[in-house]
Amino acid sequence: MQTTLANPTLPQPAEQESRAEVASQWKLMWWKFRKHKLAVVGGVVMILAYIVVAFCEFFAPWLPDTYNNQYVYAPPQTLHFFRDGGFAPHVYGYKFERDPQSFKKTWTIDERQIIPVGLFVRGEPYQLWSFIPMDRRLIGPQEADQPFFLVGTDKNGRDVLSRTIFSARVSLTVCLVNVFLTLILGIALGGLSGLVGGWVDGIIQRVIDVLLSVPQLPIWLALASVVPLSWSPLQVYFMITIIISLMSWTYMARVVRGKFLSLREEDFILAARLDGVGNGRLIARHMLPSFMSHVIASITLAIPGMILAETSLSFLGVGLRPPIVSWGVMLQDAQKVATIATYPWLLFPGLAVVLVVLALNFLGDGLRDAADPYA
Amino acid sequence: MWTFIARRMASMLFTIWVITLVSFAVIQLPPGDYASDMISRMRQNSGGAISPELEARIRAQYGLDQPFHMQYFFWMRDILTRGDFGYSFTYQRDAGQLMWERLPMSFALSFAALLISWLIALPFGIYSAVKKYSLVDYSLNALAFAGLAVPSFLLALIFLFISYRFTGRAALGLFSPEFADAPWSWARVQDMLAHLWIPTLIVGLGSTAGLIRTMRANLSDELNKPYVNTARAKGLSETRVLIKYPVRHSMHPFISMIGWLLPTLVSGEAIVSIVLNLPTSGPILYGALMAEDMFLAAGFILMLSVLTVIGAFVSDLLLAWLDPRIRLS
Repeated sequence: MQTTLANPTLPQPAEQESRAEVASQWKLMWWKFRKHKLAVVGGVVMILAYIVVAFCEFFAPWLPDTYNNQYVYAPPQTLHFFRDGGFAPHVYGYKFERDPQSFKKTWTIDERQIIPVGLFVRGEPYQLWSFIPMDRRLIGPQEADQPFFLVGTDKNGRDVLSRTIFSARVSLTVCLVNVFLTLILGIALGGLSGLVGGWVDGIIQRVIDVLLSVPQLPIWLALASVVPLSWSPLQVYFMITIIISLMSWTYMARVVRGKFLSLREEDFILAARLDGVGNGRLIARHMLPSFMSHVIASITLAIPGMILAETSLSFLGVGLRPPIVSWGVMLQDAQKVATIATYPWLLFPGLAVVLVVLALNFLGDGLRDAADPYA
Repeated sequence: MWTFIARRMASMLFTIWVITLVSFAVIQLPPGDYASDMISRMRQNSGGAISPELEARIRAQYGLDQPFHMQYFFWMRDILTRGDFGYSFTYQRDAGQLMWERLPMSFALSFAALLISWLIALPFGIYSAVKKYSLVDYSLNALAFAGLAVPSFLLALIFLFISYRFTGRAALGLFSPEFADAPWSWARVQDMLAHLWIPTLIVGLGSTAGLIRTMRANLSDELNKPYVNTARAKGLSETRVLIKYPVRHSMHPFISMIGWLLPTLVSGEAIVSIVLNLPTSGPILYGALMAEDMFLAAGFILMLSVLTVIGAFVSDLLLAWLDPRIRLS
């Protein structure tokens, strides 16, 4: 099916044909990827997400650990843009009431208090990437000490939005390290298994069998509960990464092995072999390019799984732990029914998880279709 | 065919053997054991009056003074000869009994989730691949993507929130309060089924989404192959062309997926059960791992894994029956 030839963005049939014939494989892929609108949207969302991750100190209205005992479990404020007929972004302040029966403090929005909000405002000073001192933020209250909580606050009066943004930095990098480890293990072991065969294949397949047949969660729980409490946050971070990739390379290895088994019989592989090409070169130059699309599909399928794995583990309290703040760590606060029923905004990090995983899935789907432009 | 089964059987037994080692090793990994926990607790209560002799006696009583391989040997011997999984320290009961109470529920839930994903994914996956880029394909895709994107525990939390908002009470557990401790009866089964479908859907949603995606991807790869054109050129009807060749061909990974869907479902079932507090193995295994209740934790990991391996074995037999290239190789 020569779908690339029928590309509607190209003006003349004759010209289009010649363009398609001389275009490189990567160009064809780009043309095909462009047609998958959702994938493009997913790609843009991910680029934006990583920009936010790179500059979270600037994008978040507060630092993740800034707390305010005065505003515990404050509900979300709504951002208003116009006042008295003019453009003046603002939010309303809070007032609290005590329930006469339960004496519980409840916050309500007080429409008489107006807190002006601005772009690029000065706030509490911070250090970008821990070494560039700055105090400007994308959005915040004009006066730095006024409450500005677009998604509400948690049990310590910390801003949920800012913490979610800082969590992205952890959650979105854990998966990159994971992908790297998974790719190396998966391609190396899967390739070896499919190419060499024999007892090597047997051993690797048995290892994969065992790893795949064990339900992952119990093993993760068991391994993660071994991580000593005295370890530094960074050590825990890498330990959790390794634990997750130890279990996730198997799927990749299976995909690669399956492709190798079918490619092994192809004529061009035989030709390369007869030319005396070594195994390493055979894999890298002749086999890998021909199943790139499947590798890409598998990676993009794997990243969301890793994000979800980290989130689930941290949610259960055995993954990353405070002071590291990740989406799973934040959701841990929302474990109790009573808590989510009263303070539903604590589920906000879940929204971030869903958005990112959704974007990655769309992106992966588009890449998968595009990576095989001759189909 | 018989050699295939025999070979597959041998590899399954080997896998099970490694699993016994792994599940026993995994719970040995944490520093300290239940006895040291217990002793430190007794120290706190009695103000430091625990002599080293008493400590040694406690360890010996639970067999914790033996080296690793001896502990493993005794553990395996008891399971194989007497079906005895050891003693649960935290529950002060026989670990095996506890497991038989919980495991059937876990597997009922996991299999129900598997069946539901199959039933939903097969027709929708085929439709999606055949009518690619149609409205239905797009909406199915959107649903499948949403299913992949929402982690099961979050779905469970959202469900809890909604049920609490609308009914004023949390939909925790598998039984209504009046049936919670009642003996098994037809009314209790009905009550359970009425509660069961929601966790089943929550657990199955992720794998349904995955299956729809895989089916769509595989089938649309196959649809472009020359043999489909040949079949069409022979004058077969469109349905027959579809069902007879490409669908059958793309079922191959579909069935082999059962083998690794099961562990995912069991994991998903565990975490959903922890959130929804269902009487399955999830919460009890989690508690056992946290409390280093080693025999109970090892028993659960072992049995969950072994049952999953048997599931994979059955799926391989199915695959061999479906695809002659496998059983004849």
